[in-house]
Amino acid sequence: MARITVTVDGVTYSDDVEPRLLLVHYLRERLGKTGTPIGCDTSNCGACTVQMDGASVKSCSVLAVQADGADITTIQGLAQDGEWHPLQRAFHEQHALQCGYCTPGMIMAAVDLLRTNPHPTEQEIREGLEGNLCRCTGYENIVRAVKSAAETGVTS
Amino acid sequence: MIPSAFDYTRPTSVDEAIRALTDAGEDGKVIAGGQSLLPLMRLRLAAPAMLVDVGALGDLRGIRDEGDWLWIGALTTHDEVVHDPLIREHCGLLSQAAGTVADPAVRHRGTLGGSLAHADPAADLPAVAVALDATLLARGPGGERSIGAGEFFQDYLTTALGPGEILTGVRVPKLGEGWGYHYEKFHRTAQAWAIVGVAAVARRSNGQIGEARIGLANMGTVPVRASAAEAAAAGAAADRDALREAAQRADEGTSPPSDLHGAADYRRHLARVLTGRALAVASGV
Ligand SMILES: Cc1cc2nc3c(=O)[nH]c(=O)nc-3n(C[C@H](O)[C@H](O)[C@H](O)COP(=O)(O)OP(=O)(O)OC[C@H]3O[C@@H](n4cnc5c(N)ncnc54)[C@H](O)[C@@H]3O)c2cc1C
Ligand code: FES
Ligand code: FES
Repeated sequence: MARITVTVDGVTYSDDVEPRLLLVHYLRERLGKTGTPIGCDTSNCGACTVQMDGASVKSCSVLAVQADGADITTIQGLAQDGEWHPLQRAFHEQHALQCGYCTPGMIMAAVDLLRTNPHPTEQEIREGLEGNLCRCTGYENIVRAVKSAAETGVTS
Repeated sequence: MIPSAFDYTRPTSVDEAIRALTDAGEDGKVIAGGQSLLPLMRLRLAAPAMLVDVGALGDLRGIRDEGDWLWIGALTTHDEVVHDPLIREHCGLLSQAAGTVADPAVRHRGTLGGSLAHADPAADLPAVAVALDATLLARGPGGERSIGAGEFFQDYLTTALGPGEILTGVRVPKLGEGWGYHYEKFHRTAQAWAIVGVAAVARRSNGQIGEARIGLANMGTVPVRASAAEAAAAGAAADRDALREAAQRADEGTSPPSDLHGAADYRRHLARVLTGRALAVASGV
């Protein structure tokens, strides 16, 4: 067991964890943050994407012990004072989801994209979301949603 | 799946890390960004009993201008390689190739040292290291040593690193005046590995190619130089036809794999076509 201290969605937690515990399992099973799903065993799908110290990571590919001292934001930490984040609103308005399984990861990857490139072209959006797979939508409306959120001037 | 159980240590000095690794013997493994190792452990294709996390080793961090080359710490992430102004200015091929690795989230965690030490022949950065004649710096129980990229990659997923040795950094020669570069990667789906990748640098003078160096990804069990094409390009006219002609020899001496992504003869064809393209861009034609 190792002792870790992690801030998740603004709350700081200290826990004893087994070294093999993946960050995504820590989030889901220890903290009950089930908004972050797991979609694969190969680090390909991106469903589990969260922000770690301000940059996107696949939380299935980080050990909880490696997140010791880190500041994590999950999809559940995006809304402020009951107001959806502009990307959450844009995904809703542009019908950017069907089953919704990929959506938390898509939005967290899009947050990272707009952080580094607030006004991406359509091609840049596709490349920025390269690590996230969607089985339902065909991506068109996802790209549209990110574009529309960017037009409203999201930077965080 | 959940990885099988292991012990974990996160040393704060290189000596301590070497000791932990040496004590663990065969069952010990370094973890850096974890972007190759953790997927393998989740699939239980790897089950080390002890992980030595090098993430807290300050000696493995940073990017320094050391005159004729840049020293790039092993822990430099792919994302840092893409964006760092020094690397972009002097070793642009490395930045360009790092930008084609995986996807943004993987690039935030995966490291240059991890990519080289993992030694996947399909990986992008080993082919660049070979093309640029980079020098890899290792520290182990026997002290420090430097290993040329040409000798570092020994076989599929196998490097010259010995027991207890840690890759600390890479010396990458700066590309001088008159040199151009290009990384040409062929893959069919997003975030995919190269079916074939070609890393080329070329020096052009008076309408001719003075010198060219070409590294190939996924054309054998290790990244290889396309020596025959390099020789054919040297002295050739800097135009498309002449470079395409030289590139016809890109697959000489290689033994590409046949797998789900392509047969060996298809890869040979790709190596020739992509080398022609990479040489053309690198020589500015
Ligand atoms: C979805 C996905 C797509 C990918 N696509 C590509 C791609 O297109 N092209 C590509 O090139 N790569 C690709 N990769 C691999 C990626 O580049 C990895 O980041 C890299 O191979 C490993 O770096 P790491 O720091 O994560 O190493 P780790 O996973 O931590 O370690 C990898 C290996 O290197 C050893 N190691 C690491 N650091 C050191 C060190 N300092 N000294 C000694 N040994 C060390 C470890 O023991 C282990 O054996 C992909 C990975 C994923 C998950
Ligand atoms: S669960 Fe698929 S990338 Fe993390
Ligand atoms: S909406 Fe179903 S996977 Fe994307």
